[in-house]
Amino acid sequence: MEYGRVDLNLVKKVLGPKTQFEIGDMACVYGALLAGCKFFAGYPITPASELAEGAARLLPRVGGTYIQMEDEIASIAAAIGASWTGERAMTGTSGPGFSLMQENIGYAAMTETPVVIIDIQRTGPSTGQPTQGAQGDMMQAKWGSHGDYEIIALAPSSCQECLDMTIMAFNLAEKYRNPVLVMGDGEIGHLRERIVIPDKVDLTFRTLTDLPREQYIPFVPSKVNPGSKVPDFAPFGSGSHSYITGLTHNEKGFPSTDKQPDHDRLVRRIMEKITDDAEKLVKVEEYMMEDADIAVICYGATARPAQTAVEDARRLGIKVGMVRLLIAWPFPYSYFAKLSERVKKVLVPEMNMGQMVHPIREALDSKVKVYPMNKIGGETHLPVDILKGIKEVV
Amino acid sequence: MMETKAEVRETKGLDYERMRAKYLRKGMWPTIFCTGCGHGSVLDYTFWALEDLGLNMDKVVFVSGIGCSSRLPGYIEADGLHTTHGRSIAFASGIKTMNPELTVIVFTGDGDCSGIGGNHFLHGVRRNIDITVIAINNFIYGMTGGQLAPTTPRGAITTTTPYGNVENPFNMAEIAMAAGGSYVARWTVSHPYQPIKSIKDGIIKKGFAFIEMLSPCPTAYGRRNKLGEVQQLWNWYDDNTIPKEDYDKIMKFGTPQEQEAVSDKITVGVLQNIEKPEFTTEYKKMLDRVMKAKEK
Repeated sequence: MEYGRVDLNLVKKVLGPKTQFEIGDMACVYGALLAGCKFFAGYPITPASELAEGAARLLPRVGGTYIQMEDEIASIAAAIGASWTGERAMTGTSGPGFSLMQENIGYAAMTETPVVIIDIQRTGPSTGQPTQGAQGDMMQAKWGSHGDYEIIALAPSSCQECLDMTIMAFNLAEKYRNPVLVMGDGEIGHLRERIVIPDKVDLTFRTLTDLPREQYIPFVPSKVNPGSKVPDFAPFGSGSHSYITGLTHNEKGFPSTDKQPDHDRLVRRIMEKITDDAEKLVKVEEYMMEDADIAVICYGATARPAQTAVEDARRLGIKVGMVRLLIAWPFPYSYFAKLSERVKKVLVPEMNMGQMVHPIREALDSKVKVYPMNKIGGETHLPVDILKGIKEVV
Repeated sequence: MMETKAEVRETKGLDYERMRAKYLRKGMWPTIFCTGCGHGSVLDYTFWALEDLGLNMDKVVFVSGIGCSSRLPGYIEADGLHTTHGRSIAFASGIKTMNPELTVIVFTGDGDCSGIGGNHFLHGVRRNIDITVIAINNFIYGMTGGQLAPTTPRGAITTTTPYGNVENPFNMAEIAMAAGGSYVARWTVSHPYQPIKSIKDGIIKKGFAFIEMLSPCPTAYGRRNKLGEVQQLWNWYDDNTIPKEDYDKIMKFGTPQEQEAVSDKITVGVLQNIEKPEFTTEYKKMLDRVMKAKEK
């Protein structure tokens, strides 16, 4: 049986014209279809409902399944269950639903289940402003579930990136057998702009074991890809008789809840399979940074006013550039260590009271001055806000 | 015709060695269960049901949540997904929906199913997805040491109701019936043959099958409620349960005194067995329709 294979011609036929005017949420759904996603479990929540609606409309047309679950906990649970049949599965939500999903995100990390979660962030805490965008879940994305685990989180700044990054998210989820998050926000999710459907899509698939049941050990580093710490996968129904548990387990998958070395080995491996590749996972975009003394560090929707502000400041002769995080987690520590040698000051505009500013501050040398610029309440920074900030720190 | 466990044993021989080799996962023993626990019996009944059905164990997936009963998939030589507390039916729904060819069996407990997982339980039944849920009810949160469960009888002593439980308990089978369960049965572990038949029928049933098994927990429940000896709990089941047919007859034809005498008893038997549209079948029909329409 072939798992996760996608009929790209059929998908393209279903998606329609190559160039479209679409919202970010729908662009994520497009990306999912192009990536061969076969399963979306959802629950309505503003401003992410269009993910569920789009999946419900388009997935059946390519033979996939949309199931509406009773809540977000059930949505991610169903997606993880579906992933164990060998297919690509996802869910999507916004802040309150993302909070509800945290326990099962940890479960997916612990059981090494590939799953994609789109979080169209809105303001909080609590119900907050449902229709308003924010970047309130950036820390929750990394630290939301209890215990030690690694997460991969992407941050799109445009509708095109919603599409591209959803494809990337599936590939990374499959490669590392880990939950991967697309940290959108209400601004980008509901923004409507030009998107182009790619002609060709490069897909990565989880590595399936080629061993018979007697020789297959579910939680040892890959036998197929020597050097990889990611175990080979055996879908349910393939005869491997795998036992998968969120309890600390030994390499056979059997619970081992009172042996320190087993826990240490397991948790270090599931973290190291990602941290070992940290350099490969640095995805940072620089803009006008060649001679910059000041950097505006941003991600997601904030990159858009930041870019304009940097251009305006350049016209005033200020040597400022922009650094945009495309992958927020794992955090690109090595990049920022080097950035310390290039800039004296950094501004960090965020649509929260200061989240990614913490790892930024941690990663930069202490001689670099860090200025948070926090805007909350459901509005993006205006270019003039950021320009004002740049002028103030010059 | 019902083929009883006795008949199974008679026709297929008391071949426990073969049964163990086929169904038990080596390397997971011994079990975590306490002396007098009924969970092993439920596992045994499940094995006999599977043996009767002759299912290919490569295509059977066991799913569970958290608690003593949720450890059962670990002891079975098949694919198993031991998930988070209360969410087993949601995980199972994803597996079954994505691959309807798999037989999906959920082991859950009273707290896992009707406490933290109550909403998933209701919606699994409502959706009528073709999974078989075996809910082992011991009236208590056993693994955590004996706290009040949604099923704990009124007046019972638990570690969190040290002066007696003042809450009303849930009746899980009745909830499944009210939510429209295709197949709902309730037995106790002291019924040696009927659960085998019900588990078998539940697996065959195209739809959500719910089998509640009353199972003794002498350690966490019995001990504090003058039911610490295994025999006492088995006797309690005999004294406090009534076959559904008998109950219905008494309620229809009995005297007020007779009715009063059985009104608080727990009914056992096949409580509901109805035909209704099943989720994965209906989804497949819709898919075929949509895919076909698109081709035009």
